[in-house]
Amino acid sequence: MLLVVEQFLNGLQFGLLLFLLAAGLTLVFGIMDFVNLAHGSLYMMGAYFAATFVAWTGNFVLGCVLALGATLLLGILLEFVALRHLYNRDHLDHVLATFGLILFFNDAVRLIWGPAGLALPLPPWLTVPFQIMPGVYYPAYRLAIIVVALLVALLLYLVVMRTRIGMLIRAGASNREMIGALGINIKLLYTLVFGLGAALAGLAGLMQAPILTVQIGMGENILILAFVIIVIGGIGSIRGAFLAAIFVGMIDTLGRAFLPDLLRQVLSSAAASTAAPALSSMLIYLLMAIVLVVRPEGLFPAGRP
Amino acid sequence: MKASLNARTIIVALVVAGLLLLPVYTTLSGNMFGLTLFTRIIIYALAAASLNLIMGYGGMMSFGHAAYLGIGGYAVGILAHEGIGSGFIQWPVALAASALFALVIGALSLRTRGVYFIMITLAFAQMAYYVASGLARYGGDDGLTIYKRSDFGGLIDLSNRVQFYYLCLFCLFGGIYLIWRIVNSRFGMVVQGLRSNERRMQAIGFPVNRYKLVCFVISGTICGLAGALLANNTDFVSPAAMYWTRSGDLMVMVILGGMGSLFGPVLGTIAFLLLEEALSQFTEYWALIMGPLLLLIVLFARGGIDGMLGRARRG
Amino acid sequence: MAEPLLRVEDLVCRFGGVIATDHVSLDVNSGELHAIIGPNGAGKTTLISQLTGQLISHSGTISFAGQDITRLPAHRRSRLGLARSFQITSLLPDFTAADNVAMAAQAHDGHSFRFWGDARKEKGLRDAARSALSRVGLERRADTVVSELSHGEQRELELAVALATKPQLLLLDEPMAGLGATESAQMVKLLQELRREVTIVLVEHDMNAVFALADRITVLVYGRVIACDAPAAIRQHDEVKRAYLGDQHVVTRHD
Repeated sequence: MLLVVEQFLNGLQFGLLLFLLAAGLTLVFGIMDFVNLAHGSLYMMGAYFAATFVAWTGNFVLGCVLALGATLLLGILLEFVALRHLYNRDHLDHVLATFGLILFFNDAVRLIWGPAGLALPLPPWLTVPFQIMPGVYYPAYRLAIIVVALLVALLLYLVVMRTRIGMLIRAGASNREMIGALGINIKLLYTLVFGLGAALAGLAGLMQAPILTVQIGMGENILILAFVIIVIGGIGSIRGAFLAAIFVGMIDTLGRAFLPDLLRQVLSSAAASTAAPALSSMLIYLLMAIVLVVRPEGLFPAGRP
Repeated sequence: MKASLNARTIIVALVVAGLLLLPVYTTLSGNMFGLTLFTRIIIYALAAASLNLIMGYGGMMSFGHAAYLGIGGYAVGILAHEGIGSGFIQWPVALAASALFALVIGALSLRTRGVYFIMITLAFAQMAYYVASGLARYGGDDGLTIYKRSDFGGLIDLSNRVQFYYLCLFCLFGGIYLIWRIVNSRFGMVVQGLRSNERRMQAIGFPVNRYKLVCFVISGTICGLAGALLANNTDFVSPAAMYWTRSGDLMVMVILGGMGSLFGPVLGTIAFLLLEEALSQFTEYWALIMGPLLLLIVLFARGGIDGMLGRARRG
Repeated sequence: MAEPLLRVEDLVCRFGGVIATDHVSLDVNSGELHAIIGPNGAGKTTLISQLTGQLISHSGTISFAGQDITRLPAHRRSRLGLARSFQITSLLPDFTAADNVAMAAQAHDGHSFRFWGDARKEKGLRDAARSALSRVGLERRADTVVSELSHGEQRELELAVALATKPQLLLLDEPMAGLGATESAQMVKLLQELRREVTIVLVEHDMNAVFALADRITVLVYGRVIACDAPAAIRQHDEVKRAYLGDQHVVTRHD
């Protein structure tokens, strides 16, 4: 029972993290119709920036804030220098160009920080276990991730649903020509959205950093997960991304936690322990394949938000 | 069109002649490294050519093409591991397994369009990747070493590097010839028509998904052959061959060379892998240059190498 | 009276809450030129798309040459001899005019799972393409890529493509859209010739053309048939006058 609660929370936490990553991706995708494979690189950069700034300043929160700002700036710079020239191209050009960016970022990181991974140590106040129910303890840091991510999700929801910029963003996601017709500065809006997406990716990266090692290529696996999420959720739909992210986070975490035991019922122990991780990783892709076969445009196609 | 034909023909003829004569040079000079490098290039060129069939001609943007490299490779590796060393069994199994995989994922994926198609093919390839990682008996994550290359009796010795090189080259030229015939056939016209305007093709009476699926299967089968060659070349097969970045590499090769051009993928593969090789001689951080280079190519050289050859003549 | 070539009964199509085709019933007799007119948004293109199978009908039946085709996919209907042109030109833009027409001929010449011979060198297909092109007066532009054809030429090519499928029934969705006066006159002349060979359903805004060509006219308003009669009767029809002919639509030339 204890394990179930813990894994459930882990799944929620992972799902929320995935949402932060997927939200930026789905906005950029939905509004600029831009496939950004380098989104995972921004996630990685967020983690590296955090590890560096925390080490420099000696203050976890300050370091994270600086890292967030740095990722935001990096995103805006990237958009300004290169990516905005690609919006009118087809998806293949996007794939090729941002694939190049992945190569670049991976080697840039290797050059600057070296090939070995970094660790981002937690401050003591975040390492204490936190009692969530009588007798049930949960790591404070993971709980903090859940809280922060939920807050950000709420903020994002308010911005998208309640503000003028959010209205433009929604209009753009469901009908691209319309924002052009509204006569607003599209270039600025695009840069803003891209920067926002980058900051969200960076936030996901830096929050994940203390749990996993900060390493090269960390963005690639999770990028594909984020793509899976926005495809399941329906491209351009924040709500779809949120639900799909929680769903995928749960399935991935619970699958990893409980599949080995389940498999041991039918397979030999050795076979089960190798097959289980593979199978639980597969589950998500299987889920996406099923969703797309049944609903070829995802669960919540944009335009009906 | 006519004017650009010349520049293109000259380059292609030079490349073909160079590939045919390469073993002569490497044998005379004793520089076997070049032969190894180009064997690999030729195998990837075959894979890229097969991707070009669906992507360049058929307009189906598959982001999971590396799966067939792995499936073809694992067919050879697993059979070898189980003591079946004959290439006459291994290779047909490799082709059949790739074709079957393409048939199943194609039938499901072709229900979707655009980016959703890109992503669902990616998802299926990732599934194949994780299945391979879970094959404990065949090395799991670490991959499977192949101790003996496919045995074709006395016909050809795959362990002989020159013979293997020519086998790969034969497969590449054969594959390209096949694709050339297909593209210009009635079937090929339909497939290209579908890329151009699917609704129109349906309105004039073509059951479009059937043609797409068959094209998808042909492409996957050819790539499965490349997988069987690759496994023999490296004496090793691992899940990494199917990882999504490998599919990305293949896409880059095709786009770099020029989509929908017969020899484009060959030129693109040569350019991509030679550049990678050259840059990694020059610096450990080759991707630091390669990455921005790709970006620049997208920004300033549309249509790939093939497109540039066309423009060079015209302009 | 003989069985009509096309019989539509109680056809319905909805988009979300909007009803685009509202229980439409319609007969098209063999050999006639049947025009469908109506103000913008009356559901004419929707109806054509339902007839050719690009849109699925929610209820009602369509029978063609005595066969129920309501549930048949578009490509099967095309095989039965139902051809359409598109309101917004929909051709294969990176193919030549001849290739476009040859493709249509190929679609009606058995299956295309032929992987070897060079399709562009097949005499049968090329001849079919030539003859369809010359029917619409495009033979000199045969080897021109579609994207380099003028708008008027593309409209003519649309017609040639439809003809190459050897249709029994030709559904033309505003073939004169965007054409200048001379081009329109040419198109009317062409349709005058074609109507002798093939049954035609013509959706058109150009009233001069419609009243000059049509044997019968169906008037569609908000997805509903409000009248179906000979041109002379339609001119006198009160409801039609009120709903449609009365307003300035009739004098507005779409060019």
